[in-house]
Amino acid sequence: MIALVDYGAGNLTSVRKALTTLGADFRVPGSAAACAGAAALIVPGVGHFAATAALDEEWRDTIAAEVRSGTPLLGICVGMQWLFDGSEEAPGVGGLGVMSGQVGRLRGDPDRRLKVPHVGWNALDFRSPARLLRGLASGAQVYFTHSFAPPVTSTCVATTTHASTFAAVVERDNVFGVQFHPEKSGETGLKILRNFLDVARERAC
Amino acid sequence: MLSKRIIACLDVRDGRVVKGVQFQQLQHAGDPGELARRYNAEGIDEIVILDVTATLEKRAASARTIGAVAREIFLPLTVGGGIRSEDDAYAAVEAGADKVSLNTAALRSPELITTLAGRYGSQAVIVAIDARRREKGFAVYARSGTHDAARDAVQWAREAESRGAGEILLTSMDRDGTRAGFDCELTAAVSDAVNIPVIASGGGGTFDHFTEVFTRGRADAALAASIFHYATSSVAALKEHLRAQGIPVRL
Repeated sequence: MIALVDYGAGNLTSVRKALTTLGADFRVPGSAAACAGAAALIVPGVGHFAATAALDEEWRDTIAAEVRSGTPLLGICVGMQWLFDGSEEAPGVGGLGVMSGQVGRLRGDPDRRLKVPHVGWNALDFRSPARLLRGLASGAQVYFTHSFAPPVTSTCVATTTHASTFAAVVERDNVFGVQFHPEKSGETGLKILRNFLDVARERAC
Repeated sequence: MLSKRIIACLDVRDGRVVKGVQFQQLQHAGDPGELARRYNAEGIDEIVILDVTATLEKRAASARTIGAVAREIFLPLTVGGGIRSEDDAYAAVEAGADKVSLNTAALRSPELITTLAGRYGSQAVIVAIDARRREKGFAVYARSGTHDAARDAVQWAREAESRGAGEILLTSMDRDGTRAGFDCELTAAVSDAVNIPVIASGGGGTFDHFTEVFTRGRADAALAASIFHYATSSVAALKEHLRAQGIPVRL
């Protein structure tokens, strides 16, 4: 069973729809305790980083313990940003801190008409082999909608450039994150989610 | 590089897709789910459902229609028409909308933009502006284009941005359904005035109209209905054309 973590920030409808289409066995646990023993965890997200504060000590401890025990974790958009230490968007709210670095505001470039929020389809530039990107080629386009993004660090496996270059996909051991919305990125997005489900399945075997 | 988006608009009434000319003479153009499936297969980037009569008849866009379209696509879906309150927006989001589009309600209660941006994030809030040329500048119309809102389109777009809108959906009422080309002056005027994406709408009839609105009109996205509904042109052929003109698109 895959636990889809709902912290009340946005709608889970499209993530649920994608997981259903892919035949995933998932549940939205009502408490942190109900996450324990999940085959994998997905932290989705739209909206403001501050909303992640709803994931209190108990949630954080449970998720951190699952990650330490090897359970695959996928963060999407704000859910990915939450994997880092924190965000410029909500300085008082800490992230899970399983990836190091601070999420920063996109600056755009008015002179080149590069606007913020960064909304729309943009290309992934692959940096290193990644399980999440199996079967895809560098240059694949995915759907973004965000104003903040994580920095490019050693965990970054694909970048995207919009005035500045940021981490679009991160991956380290059993922790994965995507700044874009795979559930809204057509076939490419479904492939990325399928790759994550495969990681969870391989571990279960 | 960020691609220019091609968005298909489904104007829906009573669960059917309709299309008019300059907001009048609505004709049936097909089933929402079937059209969404076809556009998805052809490579559309987003879909917008507008319940064109929702405001007039005080009726929210039906959850059934939203669900039927949402089932067909894994793409961003926007719903507009008759969204007057936080509850209406909630119903649309629960039915499968990723973004809501506010028009009349935003003119009447601009604070609704801020409220919804606070709840769902700015990326989920589009302010739709129906504009018509006047002697000087562009006038904003409310209630499906029937009432002069006594506002200037460029100023209203700026205000919408400052109140938290994440995108502007800008429709030229003069060009709507005419396939005579987008109003590039209107689009450029608004696009230059704001730092959020502007979706141009109204008048897309040929591939070159799209090239023009992305270059001269400085649009971030273009929305069309007629050109796609009647299968006069496929989305894929349009994108091939744009790419050949040097405009970045997702193929």
